Amino acid sequence: MPIIVVIATFTGLVSTVQTSYQLIGTVPRYIVGTTLGRMVMIELGPILTALMVSGRCASSMAAEIGTMRVTEQIDALETMAIDPYRFLNLPRIAGTFIALPILTVFAELVALLCGAVYAHYFLGIPFSLFNYGITHYFYARDFFGGLAKSLFFALVIASSGCYFGFKVHGGAREVGKAATYAVVTSSILILVLDFLVALVIFG
Amino acid sequence: MIEVKNVSKRFDSLVVLDNVSFEVADARLIVILGPSGTGKTVLLKSMLGLMPVDSGEVIFDGVSIQSAREQEIYEIRKNIGFVFQGTALFDSMDVVDNISLPICEHTKVDKHKIAQRVVHILKVIGMSGKGRLYPGALSGGMKRLVAIGRALALDPKYLFYDEPTTGLDPIMRDRVVDLMIELKKNYAKSGIVVTHDLDTAKAVGDEIYMLKKGKINKLDKIRKEVYDG
Repeated sequence: MPIIVVIATFTGLVSTVQTSYQLIGTVPRYIVGTTLGRMVMIELGPILTALMVSGRCASSMAAEIGTMRVTEQIDALETMAIDPYRFLNLPRIAGTFIALPILTVFAELVALLCGAVYAHYFLGIPFSLFNYGITHYFYARDFFGGLAKSLFFALVIASSGCYFGFKVHGGAREVGKAATYAVVTSSILILVLDFLVALVIFG
Repeated sequence: MIEVKNVSKRFDSLVVLDNVSFEVADARLIVILGPSGTGKTVLLKSMLGLMPVDSGEVIFDGVSIQSAREQEIYEIRKNIGFVFQGTALFDSMDVVDNISLPICEHTKVDKHKIAQRVVHILKVIGMSGKGRLYPGALSGGMKRLVAIGRALALDPKYLFYDEPTTGLDPIMRDRVVDLMIELKKNYAKSGIVVTHDLDTAKAVGDEIYMLKKGKINKLDKIRKEVYDG
C-alpha cells in the first residue's frame, strides 16, 4: 500500500505537469482534469499498479512456492493427499483477483487527488474546475475498462508467480531465478495484455 | 499389506532400483538399509507415486498405485504417513496447524474434536505444551517428532520413515526410536524405515533389507553382512 501511494502520487503530479505543458493555452483549462482523469482510469492506474504488484507479489509467490518445492513441503502435501495446486494456487489467485482492482481504484484516487492539488496550487486551476473536467467527460466505460484490465493483470501476476514457483528444481539459486522469471514474464504479459484488452474495449 | 513387485527405476544410465521386490505385512516394520545415495528415498517416493517407476508396481491392500486413478492414489495416501528426512514441516504454520492440516482437509469433524486429536498426538510424541511454536523455533530432533506427529494425524495404517534418526544426538535418536517402537506396538502401525543407521535398524526392524547397487536383499545377520560387504 505505501508503495502504491508513492507511485500514484508522482504519477498524478507528473501527468498533470505534462498535460498542462502540452494543453494550456490551446484548450480550456478544465481539460487538464479531463485528460488526467481518463489517462489515469484507462491506462496509468491499472498498469502501474499491476507492474508494482507484479514486482512485489509475483516474485514472492514464486520464491515461497519454490522454497516449498526444494524443502519437500509440496511433496509433503501430496503425501497427505492434498492437491498442492489447489491448496497453494487458488488462494493466491483469488487474493490477487480481489486485491488488485481495489489497489487500482485506490491508486487512481490518489493520483487524481494529487493532480488536483498540483493544478490548484501551481497552475491556478480551481478544484471545482478540475472536478468539472473529470466529471463532465466521465464515461463509465473508462473506469470499468480499467478495472477489467486489472482483473486480467491479476490473473497473469498470480499465475506467473505460482507457475515458476512450482517449476523450481534444485536449490536457492533456482528459487532466485524463479522469482526473476516470474516478475519478467508477468511484466511482459501485462504490457501485451494491456494492448489486447485496450483493443477490445477501447479500440 | 504392501507388495512391491519388480520395481525398476533409472536416471539416464544410472540404475537406482533394479527389479526390487519385497512385502510389508500388517503390523510389521521393515527396514531398508543402504549407504547414502543408493536410492532409498527414491524407493519410498516411488512407492507413494511421487516419482514414476520405469517398470513394476506397488500394491497397497490390493490396489496398484501405478494403475490407480488420481482419486484412488489420494485414497491410498490417506492411509500412509510419511516422515521426511528434512521433516518438510510448513514453516509458516505452528506445530498445531502442521499436525491438524491433514485432519482439516480430509475430515468434517468439528474444531473441538480436531483439537482433542492434536492434543493426543502431541502427548504421544512427547511435545505437549509446544503446540504454538513454529518449526523455526524447534531443534532438529523436535522437528522430527513433529513430523512423526503430522504423519499420525489421519491415523494411517502405514508409516514411512525416511532417515528418521539421521543427524540427531544420541538422546534424541533414542527418543525417536522409542516412539517408532511404541507406534508399532501400541498402535499397530506397519511400514518402512529407510536408514543407514545400523543401531536404528536393529532396534525397530522386524525385517531388514539391504539396498545396494539397485538390488535389494534380505539380511539375516545384519552386522556380519554389512561389515563383511
